Amino acid sequence: MKFTWFNLMPWPYLPADFREKHHSVWVDIDSKLFDPVKSHELYNTYIDLLEYAGKLGFDGIGVNEHHQNGYGLMPSPNLIAAGLARRTDNVAIVVLGASIALYNPPLRVAEEFAMLDCISGGRLVAGFPVGTSMDTNFCYGQIPALTREKYQEAHTLIRRAWAEREPFAFNGRYTKLRYVNLWPRPIQQPHPPIHIPGGGSIETFDFCLDNTYSYSYLSFGGYMRGKTLMQGYWDRVAERNTPDDSPYRAGFAQTICVAETDQEAERLYSKHLSYFYNRCLHVFPGFADAPGYRTIKTIQKGVLSQYAPPAGGLFPQLPWKEMVDGGYVIAGSLETVRQRMEELIKGLRVGNVFCLLQVGDMPRDKCMYSTKLFAEKVMPKLRHFFPEHAGDNRFWCKPLAKRVSAGALPADSDLRSLVSADS
Amino acid sequence: MELKTVQTPHVPVRYYEGGQGQPLVFLHGAGGLDLDMGFLNALAEKFHVFAPLVPGYGDSEECPGLRDMLDFTLHTWDVVGALGLRDPILAGFSMGGMIASEMAAVAPHDVSRLALIAPAGLWLDDHPIADIFALLPYQLPHYLFHDEEAGAKVLTAGANMSDPQFLQAFLVRNARQLGAAGKIMFPIPDRGLATRLYRIKAKTILIWGESDKLIPPAYAQAFQRGIAGAELVMIPQAGHVVPFEKPAEVIRAIARLA
Repeated sequence: MKFTWFNLMPWPYLPADFREKHHSVWVDIDSKLFDPVKSHELYNTYIDLLEYAGKLGFDGIGVNEHHQNGYGLMPSPNLIAAGLARRTDNVAIVVLGASIALYNPPLRVAEEFAMLDCISGGRLVAGFPVGTSMDTNFCYGQIPALTREKYQEAHTLIRRAWAEREPFAFNGRYTKLRYVNLWPRPIQQPHPPIHIPGGGSIETFDFCLDNTYSYSYLSFGGYMRGKTLMQGYWDRVAERNTPDDSPYRAGFAQTICVAETDQEAERLYSKHLSYFYNRCLHVFPGFADAPGYRTIKTIQKGVLSQYAPPAGGLFPQLPWKEMVDGGYVIAGSLETVRQRMEELIKGLRVGNVFCLLQVGDMPRDKCMYSTKLFAEKVMPKLRHFFPEHAGDNRFWCKPLAKRVSAGALPADSDLRSLVSADS
Repeated sequence: MELKTVQTPHVPVRYYEGGQGQPLVFLHGAGGLDLDMGFLNALAEKFHVFAPLVPGYGDSEECPGLRDMLDFTLHTWDVVGALGLRDPILAGFSMGGMIASEMAAVAPHDVSRLALIAPAGLWLDDHPIADIFALLPYQLPHYLFHDEEAGAKVLTAGANMSDPQFLQAFLVRNARQLGAAGKIMFPIPDRGLATRLYRIKAKTILIWGESDKLIPPAYAQAFQRGIAGAELVMIPQAGHVVPFEKPAEVIRAIARLA
């Protein structure tokens, strides 16, 4: 099992009447709600928490990319990942991911991922999302009906740039480069492991299976709602006679809150979950799916954006009981969380779990408390699943055996003798 | 009007044909022809009307090979050619007006009469056009109609968004139609037409609803400044969908080209 501690980096200062008074948390969010001075402490706390999780035994620490989004402060996940690469030693750096269709040229992503892999000593787990319609179309202006074609071309370019050892010309429809010659190059060969966040489109299932990429469902609906979609994926795996059905071919994101008892969990976390589900997910439905972004085949399969509201209205206000009983979140005592996590892991057949342990406006101390309990008292009891696939290392990073640590410069007082020794 | 198919180098194209008289090609807006059938029937009493569908609209085949403005412009010329027409009156509404303008700009000697009905294609920072790709169905009447209440009734007739089957059909149609429109209109319906308008040699009539809230009348003046000798007909008590709200007035204005 691979557990990644994931931080969306939500803005914790959305007002109580956000749903009523504001149009959307995403795309046209009121920029006056952002306070750069407050963000200074917030960014540093969030990065500290990622590093903290890295020390507690999580396999990976994860960041992602969102634009103009009240629950995501990382337009550039690679900036955060670069900091993490320096300040951590053993944990995988999971960038899930960089939206490759958004960069001109997309070679930029190949370069930055190579840099991260080199700096971290081969600890990069890379992600290539198509990106949500909010990010890709409405914030970054990509034409919806051409987004997938552009994504595919960017993917081809990046893979070739990582693989080929001679300069080559790339005559794409969206990118034309006379001299592709990647420098620096990633440590991990032939390339860092790749995870693809998806929202249920058949094309993305096939894309992952064609390329041996791990399919990640990053939903906020929780594992009960995720069941149908993941079953669709495993059905597709079977339908295509895929050589194996390793659970590491799949990942799932789950909001998790741990306490000593169920009652304590409700008392500690209820309001922060409410903040996330009732304020952070207040997305104007018109931004959920630009026409042409999803393929006809996918719409006909009945897969709709998780941001599209049930029946033309807003998401219902979710009370604690509904969030927990409905499996939106896994919250409660050590034993409650362990049981639910087991249901998730076995039910969805996922070897990669992206643990959303920082939720909404949860303050630092509660986040650490929940994270520590999960890492020390729950996670060890979840490690034994899928023993027959324990050796499957296709979807995880392969760090250098011998890595340096940041801050390994000699003391100033030694400089004289060191330089004389080298003359 | 009769629904027919004509082959083009890219895809078979569906088009409505009807009436007698001078040939007139009508290019529809991003909403398709649904609201325009009454207008087209009336138009066919005066002209021999051809109204092709952009690939992906109605029941027509999609065309992934059409990606940008030049593709759309040349494809529509291919349609005119495949229909065996030479120098028909070229009329276009909204997105169709954008395509018609581009056609007249790239081939100025092949278009002598041009009717642009609330055309898209320009962008004025002081008069931003609403983002039709993010509008929800209930928001449309405000932008489209002079009489919003009556418009809302027309748009919602038979619509039931809580019926999953209806919703799915609605989303598929939107993905096909607005997906195609987005190739030339997303995120901003400007593909550089302003720099090409000077090339248009056709006698041009601009037709605009006075209370157009989608592409406000400021754009009428911008088109008029860009096309030498263009004449502007403003129609009172009409919104963006002026052919639907005031068909007789629009036809009278087009007839000035005959």
